[in-house]
Amino acid sequence: MLYREAGDYKTSYVADSQTFPIKFDRYGYYVLLGFAFLVMPLIINDYWANSIVVPFLIYAIAALGLNILIGYCGQLSLGTGGFMAVGAYASYKMMTAFPDLNIIFVIIIAGMVTACVGVLFGLPSLRIKGFYLAVATLAAQFFLIWLFTRTAWFYNYSPTGMISAPTREIFGVPVTGPRASAVSMYMICLCFLVASAWLARNLTRGSLGRTWMAIRDMDIAAEIIGVNPLIAKLTAFAVSSFLVGISGALLFTVYLGAAEAGEAFGIDKSFLVLFMVIIGGLGSIFGAFAGAAFLIVGPVLLKLLLVNSLGWPTDLAAHLEIMIVGALIIVFLIVEPHGIAALWRTIKEKLRLWPFPY
Amino acid sequence: MKMTKLAATLAATMVVAGPTLAETLHFPSLSYRTGPFAAGGIPFADGYSDYLTLINERDGGIGGVPIRQTECETAYNTERGVECYQSIRNDNPLVLQPLSTGITYQLIPRTMEDGIPMHTMGYGRTSAVNGEVFNWTFNYPANYWDGASVIINYLLDENDGSLEGKKIALLYHNSAYGREPIPTLTRLGETHGYELVTIGVDSPGQEQGSQWLQIRRERPDYVVMWGWGVMNPTAIQEAANIRFPMENFIGVWWSGSQQDVRPVGSGAHGYKALAMHGTGTDYPIYDDMQQYVIDAGKYAGTGDEVGTVLYSRGMYAAMLAVEAAKKAQEIHGVAAITPAMMRDGMANLEITEELMAELGLPNFGPAFSVACENHGGSGAAMIQQWDAEAGEWNLITDWISPDRDLIMEMAMDDSVAYAAENDITPACLN
Repeated sequence: MLYREAGDYKTSYVADSQTFPIKFDRYGYYVLLGFAFLVMPLIINDYWANSIVVPFLIYAIAALGLNILIGYCGQLSLGTGGFMAVGAYASYKMMTAFPDLNIIFVIIIAGMVTACVGVLFGLPSLRIKGFYLAVATLAAQFFLIWLFTRTAWFYNYSPTGMISAPTREIFGVPVTGPRASAVSMYMICLCFLVASAWLARNLTRGSLGRTWMAIRDMDIAAEIIGVNPLIAKLTAFAVSSFLVGISGALLFTVYLGAAEAGEAFGIDKSFLVLFMVIIGGLGSIFGAFAGAAFLIVGPVLLKLLLVNSLGWPTDLAAHLEIMIVGALIIVFLIVEPHGIAALWRTIKEKLRLWPFPY
Repeated sequence: MKMTKLAATLAATMVVAGPTLAETLHFPSLSYRTGPFAAGGIPFADGYSDYLTLINERDGGIGGVPIRQTECETAYNTERGVECYQSIRNDNPLVLQPLSTGITYQLIPRTMEDGIPMHTMGYGRTSAVNGEVFNWTFNYPANYWDGASVIINYLLDENDGSLEGKKIALLYHNSAYGREPIPTLTRLGETHGYELVTIGVDSPGQEQGSQWLQIRRERPDYVVMWGWGVMNPTAIQEAANIRFPMENFIGVWWSGSQQDVRPVGSGAHGYKALAMHGTGTDYPIYDDMQQYVIDAGKYAGTGDEVGTVLYSRGMYAAMLAVEAAKKAQEIHGVAAITPAMMRDGMANLEITEELMAELGLPNFGPAFSVACENHGGSGAAMIQQWDAEAGEWNLITDWISPDRDLIMEMAMDDSVAYAAENDITPACLN
């Protein structure tokens, strides 16, 4: 009923291989984009933007990045927090060294710097796999944070080691710093997220994505059919780190405004993004969005419900929040080990056949 | 247990466009009762809340306007702190006290932009003493650099005026908080000739094996600690384990509460810490507190933190906030004050010994006055020592003044640099 495919014919290969081949999906996607770009800026207020929507957008970029590495290329990484820190510190150094550089370029360059660092730490992946690689990237996490807290050059020799983002404008509208409005912060994060998702989707559909997936599914077989593992793995690390770096740069410049490597980009960030990918669904673009929504929006909504609506004590609510989110994660993984994306896929299948299942 | 009533902040934040005219005085509390820093966060939040409850119960509010309290859990995490700030900023918060240097750094530019005063008592950004740059941030009665200088002045006193050739180790929480005293201690080292060894402990601080190995190797004459939360008892335990002479181990005021020394037992006997206010329950205010808040069952939390050092500090913070609100009411002649009026009250606050005695806290804190150019108060502090047998902190010195000229000079440099970075023209707000 909802998914009416009757009459939805494809007459060319291009039409058949598009991202949303079903008309209903495609129009839904256009409506969603239109809503996000045209309606949300009108109705969004400070609290919703700053506490829920902007962090969701930023973490969705990080989850997209990590999903390319783990979900599409099968390279387990625990260094996400460290790579986000690279993005943040690179953008800080760029902003302070080149005050006239447009913030959009600052963020993109920060992503490129992170891509280079990611490739560097991805080199061991040519020799080691699975858990051993996870440990190697964990070392990257600790090394990078150590570097940023001990080397004064990275925080411009400030006495406390905090970095803070100065105000930068796009078309005269401040997007970073305290004067940035909710709408401008929302819009810049949304643009980066849409661009990232578009990039990720198209890369994973193309030949590069197929080499990644071949490596993921069976690296020896992939090598036999002509996939170069060096190029496949390192490009996965580069693209993944690029997106993670962009999210780190946005988190620091747009959302937090001031940050400290150990506190803002610690090991818990790596786990948070990893959980987003696992819960959302490995190897799925939609999964990155779903996982980020689950882990960022969920706790805040729970807090609003328990503390602000029911008036419970804050400490009890905070403890319950940890327990409820933890329990939900376990339940989710038991009910659907492949994440929210797989659950969504099943629902879609059922809807397409409804009301006459086999 | 007292249920903290959050009167529909949800509705307020989502629906209300501008600040509503307050019939109550809103004092938010950015507390943390969970996480590795909860040991320090709980008593402070309880003391802060109980004092405000006392004012409501005993005096019927400030100038006849009742106080409305809200609480938001940050878990000492800056991202959650920002979320909390967003949830209360449109709800007419009179003063923010985040009790976290990290959150303070996040909120300084935002509060300046939104016009909401922030009081960071004994923590936060030291150079906020320059009120011409940091119009909305206050850190009276003392700041980190004062504390570092007081410790050095105390040690000078102990060593007949000379620290020449001594070695002092600074064991610090590796965060903005812990790194704050390093510039002052380095500068003072140049003047007084001691050698400074800085040893960082990564957050939260349960793992200090290698740091104490280094302390054993370096053999410092004194260890100064800038710790918080779970780091404190761990450090004191490690010091006891290597039999470091406890009287040579001095913590900052955030490393000197019952929660820090009790877990170590008799090993902590003789440990010293800075005290920015008196300790114990021998102050008349505690009788009122007992009568109006504790016995009435209106206390925050579980009520078993009453009288600890950090409980007293929370109470002291609330007391300073209430006095500033009274001052603001006096200046503007209105009872229902706004955050902007509150700022005027804070900028013109004057705490005298008579006032302290009148409030039931004689000689509890230093007498000081705040001015537009100086948001820092007097900077004086005392030294307290832990008596493990009696289970209490004893004040062993009178008020010790810091080297204020040096600190103001350094604070000026830092704040002027901040002003230049952020396009602020230093000026007083009127």
